Amino acid sequence: MYKFMLSLIAAVSLSGCGYNDFQRQDEAVKAAWSEVINNYQRRADLIPNLVATVQGAADFEKGTLVEIANARASVSSIKATPELINDPEAFAKFQAAQSQMTSALSRLLAVAESYPTLTATKEFGELRVELAGAENRIAVARGRYIKAVESYNVLAREFPTNLTAMVFGYKTKANFTVENEKAIAVPPKVDFSKPAAKK
Amino acid sequence: MRLFSAALLVFSLLSGAARADVPVPPVKARVTDLTGTLSAQQKSELEARVAAYESRRGSQLAVLMLPSTKPEEIEQYSIRVAEAWKIGRKGVDDGLLLVIAKNDRRLRIEVGYGLEGVIPDAMARRVIDERITPRFRDGDFYGGVRDGVDQLIRLAEGEKLPPPAQAATSARSSLDDWPHFLFIGIVFVAIAGTFLKAMFGRVPGSLATGAGVGLVAWFTFGFAIGVAALVIGFLLAFLNTGAGRGGGWSSGSGGSWGGSSSGGSSSSWSGGGGSFGGGGSSGSW
Repeated sequence: MYKFMLSLIAAVSLSGCGYNDFQRQDEAVKAAWSEVINNYQRRADLIPNLVATVQGAADFEKGTLVEIANARASVSSIKATPELINDPEAFAKFQAAQSQMTSALSRLLAVAESYPTLTATKEFGELRVELAGAENRIAVARGRYIKAVESYNVLAREFPTNLTAMVFGYKTKANFTVENEKAIAVPPKVDFSKPAAKK
Repeated sequence: MRLFSAALLVFSLLSGAARADVPVPPVKARVTDLTGTLSAQQKSELEARVAAYESRRGSQLAVLMLPSTKPEEIEQYSIRVAEAWKIGRKGVDDGLLLVIAKNDRRLRIEVGYGLEGVIPDAMARRVIDERITPRFRDGDFYGGVRDGVDQLIRLAEGEKLPPPAQAATSARSSLDDWPHFLFIGIVFVAIAGTFLKAMFGRVPGSLATGAGVGLVAWFTFGFAIGVAALVIGFLLAFLNTGAGRGGGWSSGSGGSWGGSSSGGSSSSWSGGGGSFGGGGSSGSW
């Protein structure tokens, strides 16, 4: 009899400590992270085309292309797995590599402005729009990931659900940091309908 | 759980207050003009076009004209609008949103997930460049919006989508299951209550019954209803003396569902639950 009551109490207190909330939010974080990776991949897939198009322009500045190649190398050296979010160090590396890519790409686009024959081509125009779309999707996916992790981490830290987190070993998940957030989440200006390219 | 949601609420309020972003206006109509640029007749003309498309295809389209989105970029603002308005059908995600920040001279087309195939970013960009901004430059805002909307509708018609529902199909929330639950709960209280009371005695038996009902209700509907079900289950089992049926229950059960918020079907227009992922394009004039 007592055993029955005890297991009942255990069941009540388990759910009371937000075990189910952890499950639900863990899934939400994973889903949001997949979206982030997908969109970074979307951007990465555009790069071969972009590089090929740009190289077609007579003596395109080599420095920017080297930069892109380097950024690609460091991005592809990191396996973007779902486990990444539980490893703050690897996460930071991932973030750094992607932001390197972001700046390399925006420099490439800025430099491209000084090649009017290149920017006038239809391919380049479409690639530019697609790149802008990828960047914007990345920003959106990152924003959603940040929110999902925020709410998960609150659950993992707040009383009394932090006790559940302790018992089951749920750790807070890595998030995009705020200072980097300002630098990279804003999609770079790839709209060149007005003369831009300050650098 | 209460505590947690309260904390989240406070947090979101704080973070909202820290940056004075332009608030997202409530969605009332398909065409919202906060700048007073469009005349009432033009607005209803656009509204009729979009409504016809919606009844023909089931997809939704909305236009928002506002003075400025500063300090945010139009991309950041328009995705917030898209998330708040939820244009397009749930699961189909066939919403389209045209946001125009008049004083910023910026505009953006947000494309729902389901339409990214027929309206890729480059296509959205062409709609902006070829249909909308040439007219905007001449100060013809109505014409630009009209042509842009027409072109978007033409593009969207290329996508194979599920046919429009006859009546508005609202999303089935778990609360819609409550008649089932009520029935099962009553049977459970009647059978298990008698049994448990015989096993543990009147008070502990009733408590166990209430806890059982409460637990199931909690998992199914959430904490508040779970507690309500626990109390009601306890009372019913407690009052349900002997093998006969207790008089209390049908009167007590009705009130506990009061907290559920069913989607109010007001006459004004609203989004169908579609989601957006940042697809589309921006432009300026």
